[in-house]
Amino acid sequence: MEWKIRNDLPIYAQLVDQIKLAVASGAFSPGERLASVRDMAAEAGVNPNTMQRALQELEREGIVYSQRTAGRFVTEDAAVIEEAKRSLARERTRNFLEAMAALGYSGAELLALLSENMEEEEHGRDS
Amino acid sequence: MDAILECRALGKRFGATQALENVNIRIEPGRVVGLLGPNGSGKTTLLKLANGLLSPSEGEILTAGQRPGPASKALVSYLPDRTFLPEWMGVPQLLHFYGDFYADFDRAKAEDMLRRLGIPEGQQIKHMSKGTREKVQLILVMSRAARLYLLDEPIGGVDPATRDYILDTIIRNYNPEAAVVISTHLIADVEQVLDEVVLIHGGHVVLQSSVDDIREKYGKSVDGYFREVFRC
Repeated sequence: MEWKIRNDLPIYAQLVDQIKLAVASGAFSPGERLASVRDMAAEAGVNPNTMQRALQELEREGIVYSQRTAGRFVTEDAAVIEEAKRSLARERTRNFLEAMAALGYSGAELLALLSENMEEEEHGRDS
Repeated sequence: MDAILECRALGKRFGATQALENVNIRIEPGRVVGLLGPNGSGKTTLLKLANGLLSPSEGEILTAGQRPGPASKALVSYLPDRTFLPEWMGVPQLLHFYGDFYADFDRAKAEDMLRRLGIPEGQQIKHMSKGTREKVQLILVMSRAARLYLLDEPIGGVDPATRDYILDTIIRNYNPEAAVVISTHLIADVEQVLDEVVLIHGGHVVLQSSVDDIREKYGKSVDGYFREVFRC
């Protein structure tokens, strides 16, 4: 997977977010075994302790689990994955609404803009 | 936990110049620490004190609980900021040289990493590109099973691909029993691989903090924070 680290947030929080997104979007399949902490850290280009901290947080949230000797796995619990997906969607929606509010869009105007764009996208796909 | 590197009221004078003053830091095993500061802030002096090339004017410095000396040198692997190997040597000679000098040198590991660089057989250090030379030196330094790795400007003046290779090598050789200290003024380039940073300015430690604490507290990268603090 491709990792992108921004400058304005703690690194571990961004790793949590990106792994969660990979699980929610199916890039990591349910029950899939994760690479070792060191390999994941090297792939993301981050400190191994920071990756470890992110994985511990995801474990606490039930999105990954570890088995003493076999390693770390993505949860197989569909409800947990669905909830991760919803929480990411809610967060992105909030960010979107904030950005639109900053531009002065809200309520009916915002909905009109949304449906206009969705229609355009549908047409784009048809042609 | 026992510190791998500890400075207590450490000071170093060169004649009338106070290069370091009242430095107090503690670095624990398993940490990758950035020693960050502008040119001339005392970074190299601190690394030289840590491996016994210099001795303190005031206070003390301990590596794995010992004063720098023959016993502690066996635990410390140092990458100086300039080419430190005999220039006529090629890869086979370097492997012998390191194997002879250091009991903890893992020759097989170094050979494996060097093979992947694809250096032409028999090429001498003096004929290698700057990037290749930096990679070779880092491989030798990281192939020792040391407790403390002191890397002085390991990414200074190399291209982005070489920088990535060097940082990747540091991560892949991560050992929870050992600490790595990377001195550099190129903060943005190393920030992601660090646990914590020690900011040093004019011979004084102005901050020791975890990278994510700085990002959490100030909402900006260590690099951004550093630029603000040291704006002149």
